[in-house]
Amino acid sequence: MTTAAAIELKGISKAFGPVQANKDISIRVMPGTIHGIIGENGAGKSTLMSILFGFYKADAGEIFINGTKANITDSQTAIRAGIGMVFQHFKLVQNFSVLENVILGAEDGALLRPSLAKARGELKRLAEEYELHVDPDALIEDLSVGHQQRVEILKALYRQADILILDEPTGVLTPAEADQLFRILERLREEGKTIILITHKLREIMHITDTVSVMRRGQMTATVKTSETSPEQLAELMVGRKVLLRVDKKPATPGAPVLEVENLRVIDEHGVERLKGVSLNVRAGEILGIAGVAGNGQSALLEVLGGMIPATGTVRMNGQELDLTGTASDGQSRRARGIAHVPEDRQHDGLIMDFSAWENTVFGYHNDPAIQSNALLMDNAAIRADTAAKMERFDVRPPDPFLPAKSFSGGNQQKIVLAREIERNPDLLLIGQPTRGVDIGAIEFIHQRVVELRDAGKAILLVSVELDEIMSLSDRIAVMFDGRIMGERLPEQTNETELGLLMAGVNEEAA
Amino acid sequence: MDFATVLQVLDSTVRLATPLLLACLAGLFSERSGIFDIGLEGKMLAAAFLSAAVAAVTGSVWWGLLAGIGASMFLSVIHGLASITFRGNQLISGVAINFLAAGLTVVIAQDWFDQGGRTPSLGGDARFGPITLPLADTLRDVPVFGPIYHDLISGHTLLVYFALAMVPLTWWLLYRTRFGLRLRAVGENPAAVDTAGVSVIGLRFAAVAICGVLCGIAGAYLATALQAGFVKDMTAGRGYIALAALIFAKWRPWYALSATLLFGFLQAVALRYQNIDLGGFVVPVQFMDALPYILTVIILAGFVGKAIPPRAGGEPYVKER
Amino acid sequence: MEILPKWADAVLVPIFSLLIAFALSALVIIAIGEDPVAAVKMMVTGAVGSTYGWGYTLYYATNFMFTGLAFAVAFHAAMFNIGAEGQATLGGLGVALVCLAVPWPHWALALPAAMVGGALFGAAFAAIPAWLQAKRGSHIVITTIMFNFISASILNFLLVNMLRPKGSMDPATAKFPAGTNLPTLHDILGVFGIPFSRAAPANIAFFIALLACVLVWLLIWRTRIGYQIRAFGKSESAAVYAGISPVKIIMVAMLISGALAGLMAINNVMGEAERLVLNSVEGAGFIGIAVALMGRNHPFGIFLAAILFGFLYQGGAELALWTNIPRELIVVIQALVILFTGALDNMVRMPLERIFLAFRRGKA
Repeated sequence: MTTAAAIELKGISKAFGPVQANKDISIRVMPGTIHGIIGENGAGKSTLMSILFGFYKADAGEIFINGTKANITDSQTAIRAGIGMVFQHFKLVQNFSVLENVILGAEDGALLRPSLAKARGELKRLAEEYELHVDPDALIEDLSVGHQQRVEILKALYRQADILILDEPTGVLTPAEADQLFRILERLREEGKTIILITHKLREIMHITDTVSVMRRGQMTATVKTSETSPEQLAELMVGRKVLLRVDKKPATPGAPVLEVENLRVIDEHGVERLKGVSLNVRAGEILGIAGVAGNGQSALLEVLGGMIPATGTVRMNGQELDLTGTASDGQSRRARGIAHVPEDRQHDGLIMDFSAWENTVFGYHNDPAIQSNALLMDNAAIRADTAAKMERFDVRPPDPFLPAKSFSGGNQQKIVLAREIERNPDLLLIGQPTRGVDIGAIEFIHQRVVELRDAGKAILLVSVELDEIMSLSDRIAVMFDGRIMGERLPEQTNETELGLLMAGVNEEAA
Repeated sequence: MDFATVLQVLDSTVRLATPLLLACLAGLFSERSGIFDIGLEGKMLAAAFLSAAVAAVTGSVWWGLLAGIGASMFLSVIHGLASITFRGNQLISGVAINFLAAGLTVVIAQDWFDQGGRTPSLGGDARFGPITLPLADTLRDVPVFGPIYHDLISGHTLLVYFALAMVPLTWWLLYRTRFGLRLRAVGENPAAVDTAGVSVIGLRFAAVAICGVLCGIAGAYLATALQAGFVKDMTAGRGYIALAALIFAKWRPWYALSATLLFGFLQAVALRYQNIDLGGFVVPVQFMDALPYILTVIILAGFVGKAIPPRAGGEPYVKER
Repeated sequence: MEILPKWADAVLVPIFSLLIAFALSALVIIAIGEDPVAAVKMMVTGAVGSTYGWGYTLYYATNFMFTGLAFAVAFHAAMFNIGAEGQATLGGLGVALVCLAVPWPHWALALPAAMVGGALFGAAFAAIPAWLQAKRGSHIVITTIMFNFISASILNFLLVNMLRPKGSMDPATAKFPAGTNLPTLHDILGVFGIPFSRAAPANIAFFIALLACVLVWLLIWRTRIGYQIRAFGKSESAAVYAGISPVKIIMVAMLISGALAGLMAINNVMGEAERLVLNSVEGAGFIGIAVALMGRNHPFGIFLAAILFGFLYQGGAELALWTNIPRELIVVIQALVILFTGALDNMVRMPLERIFLAFRRGKA
């Protein structure tokens, strides 16, 4: 070995309170390579990179940049050491221009004017060099997600980063946008930059990285050359056992339509049209999967059907029309009509994080006469007993009804929501991002339960940004783009390329 | 109503608007950085007391001003500790600061001066005197412009002119300097500032400190310029009116000037006319007293355009995992 | 992840916060040249050393229980109701109107009617900021502050221009008829042969405040509406998901809150002054904030904190009477309690967490 590693971490450990997020991690990243770090949610990938970027301080361990020991105490020192980071959730000021965001923290001098002029020129150069074109005067809130991500990359390059860390960069991108991002990354590699790509998507790792490190439960389990490994091997390294990458299910036997949606339109409080006339139906005993890049109206669709926002159009449930704007358009009325809803963001919507598990198992069903001891008071003892039983059946760990929701892991939180929604035997289950932030073990369990519900003759509307999940669970796939349904396909008659084009708004059949 | 009366009312509008303007700009710096501050009232009160007390003892209004700023800064530091360092509830901290000032000023005033919670009356160099602008006396007899220049524009204390100068200065700081860019950013998205390698805590403390200085000057103005000495609860809700004006102004410097002038005008009118007779219908003085508050409620209700506060306002910054 | 056990968070944190607040108060007393030990002794003697002292301590505590509960109910819905002062002021108006409207034959008839009057006026005055928050998103902190000032103007106007008896220079209503005078603790305990000071103002309203504590506890932790109030208070978006109407919850919580604040008037207006005067609330609305924060927004904690503040208030009045320490010292103590239990609680919690973590690691 003659060349020094661009980055070398030695024995990094970090605990958050009683949780050990990183445990004695060592890794070498060679210059001019794309190094992938893969692992499940909560494996400690983001924590490790946040330490490298000076966002957190490690409890123990050393960092070497280009062979010399670096003392990274905060983001400022990391930036000075030539490290740039693109976070999963962009760190941009929404009502600032691109230019203002780029210079923020990297201004030359106390006055803005010269900094802005310099950045304008520099941005132009970078745009040409790396094909990173963005209007420097546009406000961030007016940019698409893909362009916002470019601004983040430009921010790092403007600070002359040689090492670029990207945390789950494709989660919000269409397949086409993701490909474009990968081209940019390859270009950066050609220029000699070192790139660390954090992801949980095996496909991306195989597609673009030179080397890959696998993390599991806060530890680094392996580092291998990408060309010498396979997705199956990586999955096994991530989980620690053999995994089924396919969902085991029989063909569907659909019955009568349960949900019929016609010409659904939603205009939000900012005047943005989130749904532009959506029509679809879901039949008993089938799973309709809605594919699409986040932010193309899928959320609005779930929210309308779940009674969270008003809409215009017609929705029929078991043949009867639903109220979309009036007093009977709230979540209570929806539940009364046999609609259960596992929301996309369980921590934000599906659970009260400070409530105990038992309080959460009646959330949304708190008016159910069965859990009242009399006209005034709720029967808390009965709810607790019922919760304990549910936790048993859904393998929630630890099975303690008194623990607050926030102290369960993502997968166990999702099981609590699922138990609450499924066990009331709904006619229609709305389920958004069922496995986001959920470990692989729980993913299998959740998928299995959803398929069981389908086999019991219930209708299921599934929304997911994970194309793999849509492909493997759905009996029918509808693709959404820009508030519209771009087309419907059967999973066995389509492929990711076709769906990807639809997700980007290109319908070749129609064209 | 003759021309002279109009001038008098407007002149008193400027005097009464000055503490509101200073406090409003103070709040602007703090809230633009994401720290809500309902403790403007308490800071002004503490500053009013200490400036009057020190001015009375030393006989120098400048020492008084300095002491007033110091008192206000002390409370600012408490607010900073509570809302920035210890990530406490900013509203509760503000409420506590208002009470602390209301109690401490009287307790200390009683201990020092034994005059029932007042300071001795100030005179001479212990007060800010009026400044006559150049040519004011010469131009006095020029019709219309003369009286306006002499009675309305000239003849205020230094602090009035300082407050007015703070408006363009604040605008320039906010929109034309690095500090302003970072300050606005930290109130909108502190994570963006943090990941850019700039200290969120440092920026917010700086903003809270500026807020302390301006509130200190506002309080000193009350006790050593507008009036001659401190009396119990002399801010009389001005801190809250300044807060109202800040919302009215949508957190912008020039709008802050108009909002505080409007509220100052209302106070001036209420002060001059007790019950206003509008052709048979008498507007009671209590209504005039309540008018700034009623107006604020109407504005808050969004009947006069929507006021959108800084996005990260009121939330302590915690690094995301 | 919870680091502190529940009991430590509920008991240790407020106790340490309180100790810091008291230690600083003692420093203030030393700074103004008085002896804190002597001051505490005098406060104890003055506030709980006689039935007269107790009578005042419990009288003040009654006020604070009502305003503390008022703050807490709204706070559970994440509404920072800083307007109990104004709501209690208007409650006083409601009670006064009821008491003066009818020549009441007996207090047992007048009291329920006055309670309705006080609660109704308090609730109505809270309804406007609540509606503006629910429907127009106007920040309730600012609107309730504004409404405190507005309430003072309204009362001032009514007392000066309308309710003042002819010939009186005093901006106050006439004395209430004898049939509205509430039994004091002297009267009530006398039935059981227990002697109690005749001069002290504590009255039957104290027991109504105790009852209110119990009812609020049931409301918040045992009923559906309480469940919905707490859920909404923790997460508005989750509440919408569950079909809980934000408008309804804001209105209900604020109406209950305003009603509780308004109910205070049966103690200070009907029970003590027996007429309506300017500034009859005397800051009790704000003390309710301190009481609720210290009591962790739990009715039992509020009961304890209200007694403590009643003690401070009565003890402080005694101090002002016999020493050079002005009454405003109580305002300082109140401020320090709010500051340390409400805003700087993490200053106590963080070191405690470190101790507990070290202890747990040591065991493991």
